[in-house]
Amino acid sequence: MALGLLGRKVGMTQVFDESGNVRAVTVIEAGPCHVLQLRTIDRDGYDAVQLGFLDKPRRLASRGIRGQVARLDSKRSRTRTKAGVELLAKADCEPKRFVREFRGMVEGISVGQVLEVKQFENAKALDVTGTSKGRGTAGVMVRHNMAGQRATHGVKKVHRLPGSIGQSQFPGHVHKGRRMAGRHGNERRTQRNLKVVRIDADNNLLLVEGAVPGPNGGYVIIRETNKR
Amino acid sequence: MSQKVLNLAEKSSIKTDLPNFKIGDTVDVHTRILEGEKERIQIFNGVVIARAGSGSRETFVVRRIVASEGVERKFPLHSPKIAKIEVKRSGIVHRAKLYYLRDRIGKAVKLRERRSEKEEAAT
Repeated sequence: MALGLLGRKVGMTQVFDESGNVRAVTVIEAGPCHVLQLRTIDRDGYDAVQLGFLDKPRRLASRGIRGQVARLDSKRSRTRTKAGVELLAKADCEPKRFVREFRGMVEGISVGQVLEVKQFENAKALDVTGTSKGRGTAGVMVRHNMAGQRATHGVKKVHRLPGSIGQSQFPGHVHKGRRMAGRHGNERRTQRNLKVVRIDADNNLLLVEGAVPGPNGGYVIIRETNKR
Repeated sequence: MSQKVLNLAEKSSIKTDLPNFKIGDTVDVHTRILEGEKERIQIFNGVVIARAGSGSRETFVVRRIVASEGVERKFPLHSPKIAKIEVKRSGIVHRAKLYYLRDRIGKAVKLRERRSEKEEAAT
């Protein structure tokens, strides 16, 4: 099973499949991703693989971030090597814009390795995680898909309101968790079970059928689906 | 930049051997039709009244009169189900969309023909 990849949503378009039918696809620029760090149970308390996507200009990266991806000379590192401590392996690449960890142990992955979109070649379907577009304050019809009220039959000025939000003196308060209007969107969302339509390894492109959370240009996390 | 990447993704779906046809042209559209196992070609003849979209999403609308009833079909330009597009004649038009033809009946539907310079020299 493929580990996963970081990417960027390019936008939606349509392509024709083998039988000549139109398929609505989202184009994702997926990888290449450097393996920046390996988390281990002994050292960090959990197993994970840390990936980085897209180079970040060095002037925007702090010394700490640069030190994570490349070996920088410092007094501390000098004394540590002198004391015989083996320093952590570094990916030896440019600082990355988008860095995320994938939980779990994976065999045959080492720091500095470059992962590409090819790994999804045998994947039937993918899960894509992104940050959905922010909608600001939204009413209950938009935010929770409530039905609203009638246009006529005595309904006055409350056509898009939720209606009753509870009982009377017993319980005497509105129950916790009652769905109401408020901030909507700009949340982490996962679209599951998206079919792979095409993989373009030369251009690092991934075409999945259907929509993906977030605006064009938004960063996404791609994983093979565990949904049956 | 993202538009460039999108074009890359669409590239394989785009046909390069399309004839250069315009709004107002009368065309024969050869469409592939599957009947059970067998494939056959059906021709839809009519006037191109609209083109819309860009890239692999481009479509065009062909209008014809069948048994004094207007029939319009919208085709995806780059669809593999379209085997061929043949330009039969070109009409002189001053609109990008010929929706006004829908309100016309009989002789008024006909468009004045535009001839290429060569043909005109011959006549």
